[in-house]
Amino acid sequence: MADIPMYRVRTQTRASYSAGAVCVVLIAVFILLPAFAGRGLIQDLFFIFTMLVLAQFWNLLAGYGGLVSVGQQAFVGMGAYAMFGGVILWGMDPVPAILLGGVAALIVAIPTAFFAFRLQGAYFAIGTWVIAEVMRLLVAQWKLLGGGTGTSLPRTATREMWATEWIQATFDVRGAAARDILTYWLALGLVIATIAGIYWLLRTKRGLALAAVRDNVEAAKSVGVDAARMKWLVYLVSAMGTGLTGALIYVQKVRISPDAAFSVTDWTAYVIFIVVIGGIGTIEGPILGVLVFFILQSLLADYGSWYLMVLGLIGIVVMLFAPRGLWGLISEKTGLQLFPVRRRLVLTNPQDGANTPKTDK
Amino acid sequence: MIWIDTIIQGVLLGGLYALFAAGLSLVFGIMRLVNLAHGDLIIFAAYLILLLVSLLGLSPFLAAIIAAPIMFGVGWALQRHVLNRVLGPDILPPLLVTFGLSVVLQNALLEGFSADSQRLPTGEIATASVQLGGLNLGVLPLLTFASAILVIVGLNQLFYRTELGRAFRATSDDAVTAGLMGIRPERIFATATAIAMLVVTLAALYLGMRANFDPNIGPARLIYAFEAVIIGGLGSLWGTLVGGVIIGVAQTLGAAINPEWQILAGHLAFLIVLLIKPRGLFPRAVD
Repeated sequence: MADIPMYRVRTQTRASYSAGAVCVVLIAVFILLPAFAGRGLIQDLFFIFTMLVLAQFWNLLAGYGGLVSVGQQAFVGMGAYAMFGGVILWGMDPVPAILLGGVAALIVAIPTAFFAFRLQGAYFAIGTWVIAEVMRLLVAQWKLLGGGTGTSLPRTATREMWATEWIQATFDVRGAAARDILTYWLALGLVIATIAGIYWLLRTKRGLALAAVRDNVEAAKSVGVDAARMKWLVYLVSAMGTGLTGALIYVQKVRISPDAAFSVTDWTAYVIFIVVIGGIGTIEGPILGVLVFFILQSLLADYGSWYLMVLGLIGIVVMLFAPRGLWGLISEKTGLQLFPVRRRLVLTNPQDGANTPKTDK
Repeated sequence: MIWIDTIIQGVLLGGLYALFAAGLSLVFGIMRLVNLAHGDLIIFAAYLILLLVSLLGLSPFLAAIIAAPIMFGVGWALQRHVLNRVLGPDILPPLLVTFGLSVVLQNALLEGFSADSQRLPTGEIATASVQLGGLNLGVLPLLTFASAILVIVGLNQLFYRTELGRAFRATSDDAVTAGLMGIRPERIFATATAIAMLVVTLAALYLGMRANFDPNIGPARLIYAFEAVIIGGLGSLWGTLVGGVIIGVAQTLGAAINPEWQILAGHLAFLIVLLIKPRGLFPRAVD
């Protein structure tokens, strides 16, 4: 009877412990960075962080949920415009208005999902794109927020933004630099919350259900997973996260226009390439992808459209020859997993296992 | 009277959208592949025609006849060497590869031809019109619409009357079994994409003669084409024509009310159809 060896479910690996430790150190460094880094670096990191958040949410949607959306710019734009609406129409402070952006994206995501989920696979992709276009065209009619030409945040709102005064005094910087530091910290917080949140989600029962739906919808349904509910969950969570990020990006940019805020290139094409190049369906992939993306952008910044062409070609080549991306190649070679979600059975307490047969005799 | 005129202009515009969509519909019907670069391939073909016109001094129609076999080859090679590799049960790889292709094509055209908008020289045909019961109809839109009908009749004939069409249908139903019967699916797929590129060339010819184009307008053409296909119902070519007409009429009506509403009205028409009949007006294929 006691012959049965004792097992325990584990997801941690040795690498994941080290990764966790490195993360803690990195976070501490990033928090303190504005004390000794220049404004350029802070702005670059803001860009990297916000793109990383967008990439993580698109990855959750496409890589885990199997919902390939080409319309995430809808939520960036709606989030950003809701933030602008809160500031300009209701006189809110831009920082709490970011939350309004997230809520607005969540609200518009509900009818969007209702339409888009009527379409399957590739048609879902273009359907989301159409809806994003509709939102862009509708927002361009909104004359109070500048219509088609766009508008800027009022100077009074940006000058008196939460915490900027304190940052100005502490780091001895001017107003615009203080705003950069504030948005940088918010972006850092958003990255940490996003990665931690997605990692937590994937390790819960829901995450397991999600992986099951991704791998085989019918099989997942047969063991009692509510596939439709998982799709809704992933879609709404991604929409809200994307909306928050959109609002944050435009607090930093200060100026908005429908064409920029609903740009398919900036908010969806780049994000897709980041995820594909880095490795779709992993948390590590987008992190690696955003670094490659940033390096490429710095190297090719002066070449205009060549840059996008190179990015597109790399995306195609990766998809053809290494569909699991750079991180897929690395983890295949080394077995490395920094954010493991795979559940493994490990023998617990081998001494017990050795002792039990004796008592039987 | 002005409303009737507007609606007829919309119907004729729908012919152009049906031409955009026919290639997309054909490729989807046979291999369940949605080519996100379809719009950019139309613009690519338009620049190819423009290049032939300006280099050789040909009329656009002659240039399109020369461009057609080139596009046929492009389609064949694209399918044979790139897209066939990513076809499979997973829809993600073909979507991402064609999306990448769309970005590459757009930026290559930008680099090669700049962002300036271009137009194919049309001569007299652009302004020529015929009187029909009090209505003034442009010859070019009429020609576009007639071409759309011819293309759809032609594709239907090809599908249901020829050996190649039988191979298309067999591969579409079950590529593995078709393979057992001596059909090579990868060649069938390549042929289908190549034929779709012939339709794309024709669409590019009329697009370029009708209005200005620049490297950035491809994705919008893809969206119109896609809307026409969905409204018509997957797998029905005549449905695609009806879908194109609905988008065209909605756009001209929207524009008649307020020029800023043109594109929006087309999209809204699409969303309304999607709401009422999610599988389109004339659904045939089950997907």
